Amino acid sequence: MSTTTREESDVKSPAAAEQQIADEVLRINIDASATSPTVLFLTSGIFWLLVGSALGVIVSLKFNLPEWLGSTPALTFGRLRPVHLNTVTYGWISLAGCGVIVWLVGRLCRVEIRWRGLLYASAVLWNLGLLVGSTLVIAGYSGGMEWLEFPLPAAAIIALAFVLFAASIFKTFSVRQVEHVYVSLWYILASLIWFPILYLVANSGAYQGVGEAAMNWWYGHNAITMWFTPIGLAAAYYFIPKVIGRPIYSYYLGLLGFWSFALFYNWNGLHHLVGGPLPTWAITVSIVASLMMFVPVMAVAVNHHMTALGHLSIVKYSPTLRFVVFGAMSYTAVSFQGSLEATRTVQEVVHFTHFTVAHAHFAMYAFVTMILFGSVYYIMPRIAKWEWPYPTLIKTHFWLSALGVAIYVIALTVGGWLQGLAINNPTHPFIEAVNITKSYLWARSIGGTMMTLGNLLFAYHFALVVYRAGPRRFAPAWMQKVVEVPSE
Amino acid sequence: MMFIRSFVFFLGVLATFLLGWAGIVGLPDIMISKVGPPPGLKRYTADQLYGRSIYIREGCIYCHSQQPRPTGFGADQQRFWGRPAVPADYVYDKPHLLGTMRTGPDLFNIAVRQPSEEWHVLHLYNPRLVSKESLMPPYPWLFEEKLSPGPDEKPLALPDSIAPKGKVVVPTSEGKALVAYLLSLDHTYPVHQVAAENDTTAPKQ
Repeated sequence: MSTTTREESDVKSPAAAEQQIADEVLRINIDASATSPTVLFLTSGIFWLLVGSALGVIVSLKFNLPEWLGSTPALTFGRLRPVHLNTVTYGWISLAGCGVIVWLVGRLCRVEIRWRGLLYASAVLWNLGLLVGSTLVIAGYSGGMEWLEFPLPAAAIIALAFVLFAASIFKTFSVRQVEHVYVSLWYILASLIWFPILYLVANSGAYQGVGEAAMNWWYGHNAITMWFTPIGLAAAYYFIPKVIGRPIYSYYLGLLGFWSFALFYNWNGLHHLVGGPLPTWAITVSIVASLMMFVPVMAVAVNHHMTALGHLSIVKYSPTLRFVVFGAMSYTAVSFQGSLEATRTVQEVVHFTHFTVAHAHFAMYAFVTMILFGSVYYIMPRIAKWEWPYPTLIKTHFWLSALGVAIYVIALTVGGWLQGLAINNPTHPFIEAVNITKSYLWARSIGGTMMTLGNLLFAYHFALVVYRAGPRRFAPAWMQKVVEVPSE
Repeated sequence: MMFIRSFVFFLGVLATFLLGWAGIVGLPDIMISKVGPPPGLKRYTADQLYGRSIYIREGCIYCHSQQPRPTGFGADQQRFWGRPAVPADYVYDKPHLLGTMRTGPDLFNIAVRQPSEEWHVLHLYNPRLVSKESLMPPYPWLFEEKLSPGPDEKPLALPDSIAPKGKVVVPTSEGKALVAYLLSLDHTYPVHQVAAENDTTAPKQ
């Protein structure tokens, strides 16, 4: 692992100095091998982030103004909403995640990235799959199941892209030059095995009726927990110690966290069907597994937060640490919420409400997306050889995204809860459950618009770095004056 | 040594994954696949199936569930949304349309609650014609304007303010099919027999 810290440069012996230079050269070569694929994946991801967030805002406004864009079939709520979900998850998070993974794997395996042709092919195919899938859903060819709306041709292209991507990463891993395989790699490698099987099973069409519903939500939950979450956790496990400049708090907690994660998460899915027409035992198993998630979540939380403890002042100036710590804290919070949310008592109220939508955005934006932002802030200057030109822009991005998602989550959590209570109150007509959400849905539109503006600033800034535009900086783009120099 | 450790790692990763799949998808699916259709459940007609595909195409699922909950779990029973759903109700369904959201009400027995074809066409043309505070989008492309209705067609009873001048509005074949599907959503037939054979299914009333 290339965790050579700056202090080591103080070592004076000639042999050590030579080793130091060799390490630097190796690292430059590794980063160089990752540059093109990483930039390709990140650029694609950010493109879909913009598409997906624009759709998100439109879809949100349709709740406030139901007649708006209401006479065009292609712009109706029921078609744009799945395209929003699919572009932000299979587009933004997956592709940006792939970009981060490529770079991390080079660094963590200490070798240049192998089979890079497969990575280019993967990125091109992946984009094609997203384009075909989105177009088909808008044209009216949705597969019909949530998280699986892309019809077979698009799903097949994306599956192929994923396999090509995984092949390159496994090849690189197989020629690694490290004794110890770091925690981040466990999560990455596991997810590269889990997700393709999951995606193939889900698109196989092998199920029918309620059995299909069970598969649907096993898949829907696992797509989040066995692909998007490992990306976020792998990045957090790498960047928190990296920026702070000290090792992760506990190897054994990492081990416990990973294996309990693998064991329990996979059984969670049926909590999406609590109260539904499934065998009660199966749903109960999922609720128990959801509560068991306290184990991996606390292991990861303690590990991340104990590593950062005492160094939290760095979040004032390091963009990477600020975004990643925000994401890691959100992971703890959203997971605790998720475990409690899975219980029958809470499900009775929130099951069919906007509360769930708030929870989803808490996870996918406040946790995964914020960590991806932080990772990109770290990676780009190193591979583009160009610092972020405007630190103020980073700060503005952070506050727009952080406050935006806070407004979003709080508004829909409260609104969704009230909606659930109203649905469950039979003495009042159903329409009251609709009316009670209306002001909260406006607040959601405001929060969502702020998040979208933050994403736009980020995309603009990213483009400047790719094109090496804007004022040239020779020092890291800290968000405020640095008192003590961290090792970033 | 390195190989063995990697091997154990990947084996563990695969095993934990397959366990979950078998546990919460495989087993329930095997149990449910033995359930036959209840005597009262009719197969979809071609027209209803066509309407169901429109329901999927327009994403109705994102605001409407199709799974009434049992007594003691929400107010579905007091709202008369129909007896709790059982796996047998869904044997002809692919893709399933259970839904996860109730921005609008549950539709599993909408044909019983709202059997009027006239109401459904108006509601789809513009929901606010029949439910002033509704958030539902309008679906005007399921309708067409004509100079005069065909022999079997009944024009929409639109208020003068929005009715096109000198023309009538009638549902297209898609509009008719969607209404036919909605009017097929009646799962109030008894399932005691089925429920008794599968005492592990959702709690009984």
